[in-house]
Amino acid sequence: MSFWLPVIALWKRELVRFWRQKSRILGVVASPLVFWLLIGSGFGDMGLFFPGSLVLTVMFSAIFSTITIIEDRREGFLLSMLVSPASRTSLVLGKVFGSATLAWIQGMIFLAFAPLAGVKAGAAGLLGAAASIFLIAFTLAGLGFLIAWKMNSTQGFHAVMNLALLPMWMVSGAIFPVAKAQVWVKWVMLANPLTYSLALLRGQLTPEAAAGSPPTQVSIGLTVLFGVVLLVASAKLANRKSTASAA
Amino acid sequence: MISVQNVTHRYGSRTALAGVTFRVSKGEIFGLLGPNGGGKSTLFRILSTMMLPSEGRTVIDGLDVDRDAAEVRRRIGVVFQSQSLDKQLTVAENLRSQGSLHGMSGSRLAARMEQVMERLRIADRRNDLVDSLSGGLRRRTEIAKGLLHSPRVLLMDEASTGLDPRARHELWTFVEELRTREGVTILLTTHLLDEAGRCDRLALLHEGHIVTEGSPAEMRARIGGDVVVLESADTATLGGNIEARFGVRPKVVDGTVRVEIPNGHRFIADLFEAFPGTIDSVSLHKPTLEDLFIRETGAVCT
Ligand SMILES: Nc1ncnc2c1ncn2[C@@H]1O[C@H](COP(=O)(O)OP(=O)(O)OP(=O)(O)O)[C@@H](O)[C@H]1O
Ligand SMILES: [Mg+2]
Repeated sequence: MSFWLPVIALWKRELVRFWRQKSRILGVVASPLVFWLLIGSGFGDMGLFFPGSLVLTVMFSAIFSTITIIEDRREGFLLSMLVSPASRTSLVLGKVFGSATLAWIQGMIFLAFAPLAGVKAGAAGLLGAAASIFLIAFTLAGLGFLIAWKMNSTQGFHAVMNLALLPMWMVSGAIFPVAKAQVWVKWVMLANPLTYSLALLRGQLTPEAAAGSPPTQVSIGLTVLFGVVLLVASAKLANRKSTASAA
Repeated sequence: MISVQNVTHRYGSRTALAGVTFRVSKGEIFGLLGPNGGGKSTLFRILSTMMLPSEGRTVIDGLDVDRDAAEVRRRIGVVFQSQSLDKQLTVAENLRSQGSLHGMSGSRLAARMEQVMERLRIADRRNDLVDSLSGGLRRRTEIAKGLLHSPRVLLMDEASTGLDPRARHELWTFVEELRTREGVTILLTTHLLDEAGRCDRLALLHEGHIVTEGSPAEMRARIGGDVVVLESADTATLGGNIEARFGVRPKVVDGTVRVEIPNGHRFIADLFEAFPGTIDSVSLHKPTLEDLFIRETGAVCT
């Protein structure tokens, strides 16, 4: 039994479904865009808030894509995945890769506004940013899967979004830099995966504003580490047997 | 081929299955019959590896459903009572993704897809979104999906619900063919007694217990003699009076009094003599599966 066949099939399914509801793209890109335009204009510095808004886009997108697992469960499609011989790990990978790809596409759409932000990154910087966006998208999709798997309503997910994910983003350095934070906030920031996501993008797009944030190598390493840990945890969770119905 | 051994399942404090045991042999069509809430779907969830039972063991094709779940999944085809299609994909896309989940690809998958779509008469709707299909067509797509990987064991939970008579007839012809030609073992649930009559063997699942089991003929024979059905303005009183007078145990069900009795015609004559003017109508028939269903569950089959 091929491991990758189901991964590719489920990845493709995510893309097809996304393509059929294009309004989703607008919804996810629009709010960070508005946020960025307003706050950037307010502070008179479009470049400062651009990487943070990009992270927000990718986060919204990755998370909203993975919560479709809740719909899959409710609508029954998850049933057919779970009674198939495909390994649960490949199901998780298909979903996470699919969501990450969607988040990446939306991140790239946002990135197209970089010239407006006065981003002067060259080809190498943009390429680096594109790769970073995928890495971030993948990590956040893993996080989304982990949260969504056990949930049976999207309402619960919105609560998590507001109570955990948005605050996480706020203390990622998107609004104020790590260097300027109070000691205890600093520790929170350093434990926050999004801090490294943001540092990664700053390093590629606006290196001049990256002073005081974690160095690129550290950011890459930690983001990869977070991604792998979240993926393994998701696979473990999906592989659990239970006397409660799986779907 | 399928062995269910002492399976008990509880959802919290509600017991859905209470020590269920039965076997299905290879190439057999086995029907599970029972009123709503009898535990049929629960048993399905367990057999289809979706859930572990609270107690007991299930074996399919010599494989323990708990320990060898992955191998079991390769051999079973499942048609759920609830919907399991992706509504935003087309019929063909649904089948293709199902094929991939079962490790099928390329021309083998394409050929098999054609085959099942032809069989279930959905080939002309292949490019329609499932969302735009009628309930019966969705049902057929579900069935096509369950059959796609040519499973050795087919589990169908009320697969024919919502099918028109022709589609239902075709499904049964197909199921019987699968059994004779390919030796596929089929376990299905149904509420329809004419479908139950076409099974090789039946078990009646009521409140988590198997109350009776056997071939349709055996089950019918289990009711001796005739069934007499009476209508009356006051069924409860009539039932009580009959019991007192004749020493039989009538069942009052759904506005009728039912009595199982040998030599029903003679009993009817005695009845009219004993209770003149209280009986509005009377009928007599040879026992059917429905009679057995009513006797064992006290409910009228829907
Ligand atoms: N997920 C669940 N959580 C709690 N109780 C459940 C759950 N699923 C089923 N039950 C209960 O278990 C019992 C058996 O249900 P089940 O669905 O197995 O019946 P069924 O025979 O399939 O009925 P039907 O003919 O209506 O499909 C019922 O009392 C039902 O309410
Ligand atoms: Mg059921």
